[in-house]
Amino acid sequence: MIDQFLIPLIKILIVLNATLVGVSYMTLLERKVIAWVQSRLGPMRVGPQGVLQPIADAVKLMLKEDITPTKADRWVFTAAPVISMVPALIVYAVIPFGPTVHLFGRDVSLYITDVNVGLLYIVSVASVGVYGIILAGYASNSKFPLLASLRASAQLISYEIAVTMTLVSVILVAGSLSMVSIVNAQYNSRVWFGFVQPVAFVIFFIGSLAETNRAPFDLPEAEQELTGGFHTEYSGMRFALFFLAEYANMIVVSSVATTLFFGGWLRPFPNVSALHFLGVVPSWMWFLIKSFVFLYIFIWVRATLPRYRYDQLMRLGWKVLIPLAIANLVVTGIVKVMLF
Amino acid sequence: MLQAIAFYTIAAFILGFAVLVVTTKDTVHSVLFLVLDFLFVAALYVMLNAQFLAVIQILVYAGGIVVLYLFVVMLVNLKRPPEAHSDPHRMTKFGFGLAAAVLIELGAILVSGYMKAPAVAATATEASMPVSGNTEQVGWLLYTSYLIPFEIASMLLLVAMIGAIVLAKREL
Repeated sequence: MIDQFLIPLIKILIVLNATLVGVSYMTLLERKVIAWVQSRLGPMRVGPQGVLQPIADAVKLMLKEDITPTKADRWVFTAAPVISMVPALIVYAVIPFGPTVHLFGRDVSLYITDVNVGLLYIVSVASVGVYGIILAGYASNSKFPLLASLRASAQLISYEIAVTMTLVSVILVAGSLSMVSIVNAQYNSRVWFGFVQPVAFVIFFIGSLAETNRAPFDLPEAEQELTGGFHTEYSGMRFALFFLAEYANMIVVSSVATTLFFGGWLRPFPNVSALHFLGVVPSWMWFLIKSFVFLYIFIWVRATLPRYRYDQLMRLGWKVLIPLAIANLVVTGIVKVMLF
Repeated sequence: MLQAIAFYTIAAFILGFAVLVVTTKDTVHSVLFLVLDFLFVAALYVMLNAQFLAVIQILVYAGGIVVLYLFVVMLVNLKRPPEAHSDPHRMTKFGFGLAAAVLIELGAILVSGYMKAPAVAATATEASMPVSGNTEQVGWLLYTSYLIPFEIASMLLLVAMIGAIVLAKREL
């Protein structure tokens, strides 16, 4: 009874709350890092060095008036933020934060569940998340959000292909779809798959920037051209949901990149016994550190690179990334059949 | 007992959403109900212990094809409500005839299903497979028992793809 219901429930509660807190502090980190890049201070007023800023933001967003435009499609308008938030959160069900550990006298696995089709589950849930953006733009019944959501859907559909192709080549190397097995495969083959599949990793990283609508591919929310983007007509908590979903998706793709390419919860060089002292840092901490590096790079990229033009974005996706991903997949398959 | 409750609930949702898909006036809403319908079909697959199929159902239908539907529906301006549009070539009687034929066919399948002893064949094939795991079993079946249908299906998809390119790029 305890093992079947209580422990998973506790794990779900911890993961959900940690994610939401992490997401709100990601906004602070982003503002701070971009401020430092631009020689500013960033938020400083709320709390020491501005650490309470996310709480102030949350209170402000919750207290704001919640406006629905008169000509909006009321039901769809209400559902759209929820549709984009829910997939971003349920993906965490299969992300392995650590191996099975001994805790309070029983074996507890540091992941909510390990399904046989874990990676496919992540891809398919992420593909449902697209609806949130499309419907938000459509239901607002306003021209800039509609333009933004058309851009967004074209962009997401195009880059999904390349990203999924790279995932397939990782699956070929690992020989499994389960996230836990992929990490164990990296332990057994003594190398992180980021070094076995460098091309796949680069394509995955570029593709995930596009899939999370991050700079330099943040066309769906290009303020200068679209007066805000697909969420122009949203205010208050509904706007906050879109915002949170975007950051939650960033954490998801960082975790997936960590798991697939950088050994998940494994410490560096897990097979070298001379480095055993690294085991002092618990496995879930390694996972969080690696994911954090990715999140930092996301922000760093945003602060550094200018936005792509729409045709450049499409050209990069269809004419460079997809052929490269397919070529990588074919080469991986040939090498795997010839050598192993 | 619990399984039966879950099955009938999911089935009711599937049928309910299917009815809503064809009766809703707003085209975008009808596409959305279609997505919900696909999600519940995926739930049905999970109940049958076919997780791979469930995930593929969501990935391909709910996440892929219907997004394109939505794209088209949003781009094509459907201002005219469906009732105002009367088609002179509409063959109502023929449609009812076809529906009746399908209904009879379904009834026949149901009746013959009750006559036979169920699920003996399924367990037999599962035991003879050298691989375990949902995905592996699907792959094994596709490349052994169902190799030719699988290859034909992929040829069909390739032909459709080339056809689409030829239609779109006439001056190529």
